[in-house]
Formats: sequence, C-alpha cells, structure tokens
Amino acid sequence: MSTRRRGLPSRRETDQDDGQRPRVTRWRRPAHEGRAGGNVEHNTTDTDTVILAGRAAAATEDRTIDDRSDDRSADDVVVRPVSRTADRTVRPLTGNEAIARGAWEAGVRVAAAYPGTPSTEILEALATYPADDVHAQWSTNEKVALDVAIGASFSGVRALCAMKHVGLNVAADALMSMTYIGVNGGLVLAVCDDPGIHSSQNEQDSRLVARLGNIPCLEPTDAGEARAFMHLAFELSERFDTPVIVRATTRLSHTRSLVEIGERHEVAPKPFVEDRRKNVMIPGHARARHPLLLEREAAVAARLAEPDLARIDEGERTVGVITVGLPYAYVKEVLPTARVLKLAASYPLPEDRIAAFCRSVERVVVVEELEPVIEDTVRRLGFAVEGKAVVPRVGELSPERLRHGLAEIGVLGPVTRPAPVVEAAPLVRPPVLCAGCPHTTSYFALRALGARVAGDIGCYTLATIEPLRAIDTCVSMGSSIANAVGMAKAGQETRPIVATIGDSTFLHAGIPPLIDAVYNSTDITVMILDNQITAMTGGQDHPGTGRTLRGEPAPKVDFEALVRSTGVAWVRQIDPYDVGGLFRTLREAIAHRGVSVVIANRPCVLDPVKIKGPPLEVREDDCIACQSCMNLGCPAIGWSDGWHDGHHKVRIDAESCIGCTICAQVCVAGCIVPTKTAAH
Amino acid sequence: MLVNRADSRPINVLVVGVGGQGVIMVSKVLAQLCLEQGYEVKQSEVHGMAKRGGSVFSHIRFGARVWSPTIPEGEADVLLAMEWAEGLRWLPSLEPERGIFIADTRRIVPPFAFRNRRRGADPAYITTRPDEVLDRVAGGYAIDATREAEALGNGRAANTVLLGALSTALGFPAEDWLAVISRFVPSKTIETNRQAFHRGRTVIEAGDLPDLSAPPAAPAAAAPVATATPATDRVTWRIEPSWCKGCNVCVTICPERCLALDQRKVAVLAAPDACTGCRLCEYLCPDLAITVSDGALSVAIEGAASPQPAAADPGSRR
Ligand code: SF4
Ligand code: SF4
Ligand code: SF4
Ligand code: SF4
Ligand code: SF4
Repeated sequence: MSTRRRGLPSRRETDQDDGQRPRVTRWRRPAHEGRAGGNVEHNTTDTDTVILAGRAAAATEDRTIDDRSDDRSADDVVVRPVSRTADRTVRPLTGNEAIARGAWEAGVRVAAAYPGTPSTEILEALATYPADDVHAQWSTNEKVALDVAIGASFSGVRALCAMKHVGLNVAADALMSMTYIGVNGGLVLAVCDDPGIHSSQNEQDSRLVARLGNIPCLEPTDAGEARAFMHLAFELSERFDTPVIVRATTRLSHTRSLVEIGERHEVAPKPFVEDRRKNVMIPGHARARHPLLLEREAAVAARLAEPDLARIDEGERTVGVITVGLPYAYVKEVLPTARVLKLAASYPLPEDRIAAFCRSVERVVVVEELEPVIEDTVRRLGFAVEGKAVVPRVGELSPERLRHGLAEIGVLGPVTRPAPVVEAAPLVRPPVLCAGCPHTTSYFALRALGARVAGDIGCYTLATIEPLRAIDTCVSMGSSIANAVGMAKAGQETRPIVATIGDSTFLHAGIPPLIDAVYNSTDITVMILDNQITAMTGGQDHPGTGRTLRGEPAPKVDFEALVRSTGVAWVRQIDPYDVGGLFRTLREAIAHRGVSVVIANRPCVLDPVKIKGPPLEVREDDCIACQSCMNLGCPAIGWSDGWHDGHHKVRIDAESCIGCTICAQVCVAGCIVPTKTAAH
Repeated sequence: MLVNRADSRPINVLVVGVGGQGVIMVSKVLAQLCLEQGYEVKQSEVHGMAKRGGSVFSHIRFGARVWSPTIPEGEADVLLAMEWAEGLRWLPSLEPERGIFIADTRRIVPPFAFRNRRRGADPAYITTRPDEVLDRVAGGYAIDATREAEALGNGRAANTVLLGALSTALGFPAEDWLAVISRFVPSKTIETNRQAFHRGRTVIEAGDLPDLSAPPAAPAAAAPVATATPATDRVTWRIEPSWCKGCNVCVTICPERCLALDQRKVAVLAAPDACTGCRLCEYLCPDLAITVSDGALSVAIEGAASPQPAAADPGSRR
C-alpha cells in the first residue's frame, strides 16, 4: 500500500487491515518560499500510514483535481454510503436522536419533557415520528412531564420522559413515589447529565438519584448503544415493574455517530390495573411496597450480571478496568489492551460478577465520570481499587485526563507535552446576549436604577457578566421571585428588590412563588421578560407561545390576566425597545408598595424567526467616544479606528446589527442614526 | 506496562470558530463525507451556547474504529479555524509533528475585548500575527476566506472556501466533497459554492496566500496611543462644590457609574478606579462644576483659579 502514491482510503482496505490508520495527506509548506512562489513542497512523514495524495501530487504530475479517474487507481472500490455496504440500515444520529429512535422503535406511545440542554433534542426528534405512533409534548416543567408519563403508564402504554439532570430534581418528588408503585406500561426516563457544566448551574451526578430511588440506571457508551438501551430499558421496566433511567451526558447526547436502526415494534396497550394497594401510596400501602423494592433490586442486578450486560473485553491481566457508559470509549482509546469489564448499568451493580472480575486481574482501576459510584462498591466488596485517584471527581472526563491519570499511577508512561507554539493567553470570549436581544435594556435599566436583582435561568442570565453586570443572584428555575421575597423579608436591603424571570421559566416554576409574594404582602418588583419562546435551549414552544411541540396551534397563556388573578394590583406591559418608557415604568413599579409586575414584551430576535431590520450606523464625526452605547454589550458595537480625546470612537457592524435602535436611544451625542441618513 | 497503540488511531479533524459562524455546518459536511467514504465517524460538539457568540468547537474523528468522541489533546491531524483567535486557542490540540493548521485570518472581536476603556487602551484581542505562527507548525496556512468568497461575488460562501482548503489536507476526491456540499447548500447557490470550494483549494495549492507579514485586517487598527502616552490613563476628576446643585445628571449619565451624591448633595467620584476620563460628566453638568483632565496635565493646572479643559490632547486623532 505504501508504494501507491495517490489514492483514497477505501472501505475494503480499512476492513482488511483493521486497526490501521486511514491515510491523511500531509504536506508541509516551507517557510515563505511556498507562499510566494506557489511551489508547494510535500513530504511524507510515515510511509506506512501516510500516503501522498490530492493536489500536491497533482501539481507535480500536471493532473487536474477534478479528474476523478486520475484520483483513484483501478483497484479502488467505488465509494458507497455505509448504509448500503452491509445488509443493515445505518444512520448518523446524535445520542439524543438515537434515544428518540430507540424509544420510537420500542413502541413508546406518550412522551413528555421540558426543554433543557443537553436533553432538548430528544423530544424534538421524537416529534418527527408520526403523531399516530407517539404523542410527544412539551410540558410546563419536568415534574408535570413525569406525571404525564406516569399517567400514560397507568393506562398501560409505554411512556418516556426526558430531562436534564437538574430537571430530575424537579421531577424527583413524583419519581420517588412512583418507584414504589412500579409500572403498568413501561416507563423510561432519559436523563442527561452535564459533566463539565457546559450549560447548567451544577454538575450533579444523577446516578446517585437513581440509587436513592432504587431505580435501574442504564448508561450507554455511544449513540448505537443509546438506541439499543431504550429497548432494553422498556423491557426491564415491564419485566421488573420499575421505572428505568437511561442516563446520557452532554458528550453522548451531542455526538453524532453511526447507528444501526430497526423498525417500530408495536406493543399492545395493557388494560388499566385496578390495584389500590399498588397504585395509591398511602402509608399502609407504601410500607408494604418498600421491601419489594429491595427484592426488585436483587432481581434486576441478577439480570444485569448476565454477560451481554456485564461484558468482558479480554486483555492483559496486569490491569483490569471496570467502567460504564461513555468512559468505556475513553478506556478503549487510551488503554486498548487492558482487560475490561463493561457494565451496562451503574445501578444496581452485579456484585458477584464484579468480584470475580477483580479476582481475575492484578490491579483494579475503575473509570467513571463524576461520583465514585462503582468504586465505592468495589471497595465495599473488599478489593483494593483505584478510581478517583486516576480520574477526578469533578469535570468532564476526556482521553487526555484519563491518560494523565493512568500515567500518574504508573499504568502508562509519563505524558510529555511539547512546548506551546504560541505563548499568549487565549482570548476571553464568553457567550453574550444577541445583537438586539430584547433582554438587554431591561438589565441596562435595572443596573442604572441601582436595583438588587434576583435572576433566574435563561439567556438573560448572561446579563450577569460585563458590561451589563446586572444580576446579583441566580439559583435554579423559578428561584428569582421567592429569593426576592426572602431578601425583602430579611429587611436588610436598601436598594429596590427586583426579580427577573423569563416567560418559559415563569410558567415552569414562577407562579407559586408569585402567589407566595402576594399572599405574604411583599414589597418587590417582578419583571417577566416575555420574549415569547424558550430561547436558551434553542427556541422551543411553551404554553405562552400558542404552539405545541409539533407546531400545532394551542391556547395561549395571557400573562397579564394570569398575574392579576394571583392578586397583583400593579401590572404593566411595556416594550423593552422603548428605553425611556422602560425607565419610567420601572421607576413607578419600584415606587409601588407591594408586589408590582412589569411584563417586558418583545420577541427573541433569533427564534422562532430570525429578526433582521435595517442596521444603524455611527456618524463618527459626532461621536465623543463616551462608551455609553458600549454599556449595552451589543456584539454589533465595537471600536472604530477613530479616536476622540484618547478614547476609541465606536462603529456598528452592519451585518450583525438588527436595527433595534436601543443604542441610538442611549447615545448622548445623538450620533447613532439609520444607515441612509448617515451619509454627509 | 501497557502501551498506547497510537498508530491505530483514527484521523482527527478539529473545527473551531465563533458561535454563528457555521462550525457545526462545516463539520456536518465533513462527517457526512467520511461516512460516505465508508468510515466509522464520530462528530462531537457542545452547543447550547453556540448561537450566542461564544467559542465553538467540533471534533470529527474517522477511521476503521473510533472510540473516544473527542480528540485527545495533541492528536488533531487537522485544525480548521474559522476565526484567528480561536485558531490560536486550539493550537495545543494540534499534532506537533505532522498536524496541519488551516486558519481564516478573520478576526471577530468580542464585546469583552472592549472592556478596558481607559485612555489609549486598545481592544484586548490577540496580537499574534499569522507569520509568527505558521512556520512553527508542521503545516500552516492562513487564508482570508471572506475576501476570497467576496471576490467570487458571494461573501457567504466563505465557509465553502474553507472546506476547499480543508479538502487539500484529506485524501478525498474533490468531486465527492462537492457532491456532499451541494446537498447542504440551497440549490441556487451550488455553482457559487463549487467555485468557492475550488478557490479554497487553489489558494492553498498555489500558495496564493495573503501577505502574512502584514497584520490581519483589524476592526480597530493598533494605534500607538497607549505606548506614546503611558501616563494618560491616570485621570484627575475635580469638582467645584459650591457650583454643584446636586441635580444628579452626572451620576446618571456616567457610563462607568462612578459618581454619587454625598450627604451634602454634592457630586463625588465614588469609584475613582472606574473613571475612564471620558468627560461626559464635564460636558453635561449644567453648572460647569466638573473638570476632568489627564494625569500629565493635572500638575500644570494645579492651583489654577479656573481650570481649563486640556489644551493639548495627546490621544486625539482629530
Ligand atoms: S436567543 Fe433570543 S433571548 Fe436569547 S440572547 Fe438571543 S435574542 Fe436574547
Ligand atoms: S441598533 Fe444598536 S443595539 Fe440594536 S442591534 Fe444594532 S447596534 Fe446593536
Ligand atoms: S454613545 Fe454615542 S457618542 Fe457615546 S460612544 Fe456611543 S456612539 Fe459615541
Ligand atoms: S451634573 Fe453638575 S450640578 Fe448636577 S450633580 Fe453633577 S456636578 Fe452637581
Ligand atoms: S469622566 Fe465623568 S462620566 Fe466619564 S467615567 Fe469619569 S466620572 Fe464618569
């Protein structure tokens, strides 16, 4: 193979020498000459694994890149999609899409969720399957979603509920009783954790919640397994009369890989089972159910001990690795020759099989992300084990973190790092509110008015960073209002207390605390930032948008009427693009004694439709570089080449400016104008 | 001791950029192509914040067998950067011996970079120039994809120019690339994208690259103000208390929120460190009670009965 100068890595070749790297074309541009003279030099660094191909060779051989016959040698296989190279149907799916696919194939009839990164796409994907097969819905929050799924299970059909890790906390109340009741139709929870905290407020390990509720917790390694585990989860659920958690992580949910898909497997609905001792959790009934949970735990563990679900990859016995879920992929990447026990589930653990495995190897290493769930069990079984000594208890696992950890305990040789090419510290680039985001002025005004701001979860949480710096606290979904109540009741605050909460978050968990605030006559202002979408997670509908998950029309919540019905006397709707009006309204709201509610009404500029108006521009001659407009943090505004009195003047990027005019409204010099009139 | 069989690893391509640039789209094209070429592919990204101007990256790994969805540090065979500073951020991921670095010289300066508004301050954006980097990596290319695409009449095809550039680093035929690309773009633009793709290839293959020793086109040219007048960020803010009527105008208007009224209802500089010397308070005080001057001049006017605004202004460009 190394003698061929040009050619493609083909399916057949890689099949034959499995384990061999596919070839990559590599060529080096020598310093400066290559650029100037177009004389591209190429070299191969490793003749076994690198083959010269592409245009570099074509240049020397005077061939054209587009000449396909020249690009291949005769024995090259014609390129075909993988899906047709074998007698199976394969599709590239993300982990979330695979979970949805698996659920659909397993005959799920009802699915409900509240959007939350990284789990959002599960229900979105499920909604692409026929409505006759599955009813898929956005619920107002995760507890509602789980209760909907539980109801469907009572009615004898298979049901799915999807959520992110912190959503599981919201649903936990129902879950912890539900686990005593068990299921009629299979009930599966797809729970997505967020190790590394890419888009969450904490890094909790949901596997501990599974253990708390005696709920089997399956952990797939990749999208293919995610699909397969959905089938398994529904089977286990019905066979052992238990809800089942399928736990994914951000990395799995958002990694696209090849999945072998199957057809839908219709499951006949079961009749409702009238069994009050099982379905009605009063103390007398619950007391009888608790011992059954422990029996169930043992029975499920026995199933999970079978070789298909507690698989052993043979290998060198100097080190034996026990792992579960995505970390298995990292183990295979970094330590391909070790003997590995790959578990399908982190709860309940097949203890006998784990013990047997530990006895079969010289040294036991447990590789798991976040909490030492398996490691603690191995230790309890009486074996010496290294787990969190190898990979940390915080943060996302990665091949390099595992490699470093294994090097530290001497399983791998020391890792050497080459000197960095560039010494400079990387640019700080946090996510920011979009150009023209309707939330911008609300926080601009709150900061100017010196408010103490209890924030909530949504895009607007970004207003806590520079330059808006307007949010003082943010705890969890819906916390803002009750946090503000607490601040007011503490009686220490000299600033006006304002709670800010988005439309979707308000419907999720903001209504009970608003009632609480009114009921306990609290002197706070609540701002409902109604951008008419669940924006943070990528633009999902909710009961305030008038559309369902499948895009069908639905009744629309009237926020003002809803707020009034809780007993709030002072409610005002305003357009946050009217900066003066916003300031006036907020001053009045703050002056009002008791609960006042300001509903800031403007659609998100990104979803459901991208809004783009004619851009504004800065009449540079008049700009006094005061930086007042920069305080909005609009990413369309930046510095120009011009200076005034030692300060940069500003310019507006016409492509990203959406023409919301708020910068023009705050400009003291009146030099931000519509594009047309700017010409002098 | 077990050895890591690094030679059996797949090909790793890391695509990086800024939210909204199309990182995910570019990686989907590549992932689809690898799939059609018969490989196992894993494409991993973290979105969520992707749309909102943050740093975005996507890992594409393909080969006979792919385990980890992320590229182990220092094993990226190709790093495709759609924005200059993002390219530099991810350089440590590049395979040191053979890795190919293809970077768009486009600079997207985040709002955060304008935080220091003191006199003479420049945007906090990476100052490293392409020529300082490219010769220090095994294969380095910098192109101005937007300009190349604009030259073809459609600036929005910049990502396809980059795909063309990327295609030279991987051994797949151009035809196959184009077949996949044409499925990802609107049908009207297939021809434009075809040209853009070839442009990207030509730029790299012909060495037809921009002059890299010149600094990349910058939204804010690096002006020598900061070095010329190092003392100017020291600002003297002074008030004539007997002229102040406590109207609060300066307090509300100060962009840095550094003023307050004291107990006597006289404006005071409550947060002197935050004052950038923008003079807005001086301009807008109805009673001319405030004087702002830079550190160098404040000595000269010390004790003067009626302080004048700085006569000579080293920072001014007009
Ligand atoms: S997505 Fe919508 S709500 Fe979120 S920052 Fe952008 S404009 Fe604002
Ligand atoms: S009008 Fe001003 S604030 Fe609005 S998007 Fe354009 S530059 Fe940003
Ligand atoms: S607010 Fe107006 S005068 Fe001040 S920097 Fe912005 S454009 Fe210039
Ligand atoms: S604007 Fe002038 S008069 Fe008014 S408070 Fe400020 S210093 Fe005093
Ligand atoms: S010069 Fe005046 S307005 Fe400007 S930052 Fe300083 S105190 Fe504020």
